[in-house]
Amino acid sequence: MEWIHNEGKNKGKVILYALSTCVWCNKTKELLKDLGIEFSYLYVDKLSKKDFEKVLEDVKHWNPACSFPIIVINDKKCIVGFKENDIREAFKK
Amino acid sequence: MNDITVTQDDVNSLSFHLKKDAESAGYYLNPDTGFTQDLVKGLIINEHRYSYPSCPCRLASGVKEKDIDIICPCDYRDSDINEYGSCYCALYVSQAVSQGKKKVGPIPERRLPANQKTKVHKVIPKTEILATLSYPVWRCRVCGYLCARQEPPDICPICKATKERFERFI
Repeated sequence: MEWIHNEGKNKGKVILYALSTCVWCNKTKELLKDLGIEFSYLYVDKLSKKDFEKVLEDVKHWNPACSFPIIVINDKKCIVGFKENDIREAFKK
Repeated sequence: MNDITVTQDDVNSLSFHLKKDAESAGYYLNPDTGFTQDLVKGLIINEHRYSYPSCPCRLASGVKEKDIDIICPCDYRDSDINEYGSCYCALYVSQAVSQGKKKVGPIPERRLPANQKTKVHKVIPKTEILATLSYPVWRCRVCGYLCARQEPPDICPICKATKERFERFI
């Protein structure tokens, strides 16, 4: 499974589930990069069948609607969608 | 999954056709060209992956019957344009947005999760009405176009959705 790592400031464990063809996912990824945050992202639409089934369970756990992007912070907080203000707020400190 | 190479010519060509079809039927593509081209590229990639152009901003199952409602233009486009000024991915926008009078942003997902989906509400007319109709009435699930004929058209004359997007209305 191909998690792609982005170096930056450590704000805890930050992961992003995204679709490679989705413009809003891309905007989210670029925002995290602009904020200079360390995070890892995964393109769910590019997974092999086996990995996909596994990841889908995690995705559904955080967002039963299975819509993207999904940011998960420290396995606790979750932000669904390109909610720019919420994302900026979450990494303010 | 292997990446495919999408050329700028492919993107320009599909963008041109989508724009022409949209404008001839009272729809508008997002005026932000870069944004729109990225979405069109996503449609080409999905067409290549799944053999149908499912929404670039939604997770497709790869099974056409399950994804039929999210093949672009999706079943939710018109309702979302009316309510929010754009469809879910924002490829299609309202007239106000196309003229720069209103901005678009991310909107909530209208599509229900797979386990909550119910069959489309069927209109069951009284049998006496049915008996008087000389043709069944078909409804395009994408744009609501109605036509009375033996079979739905191959392509919706309004929104260009394909035959399989039609449901028996009466």
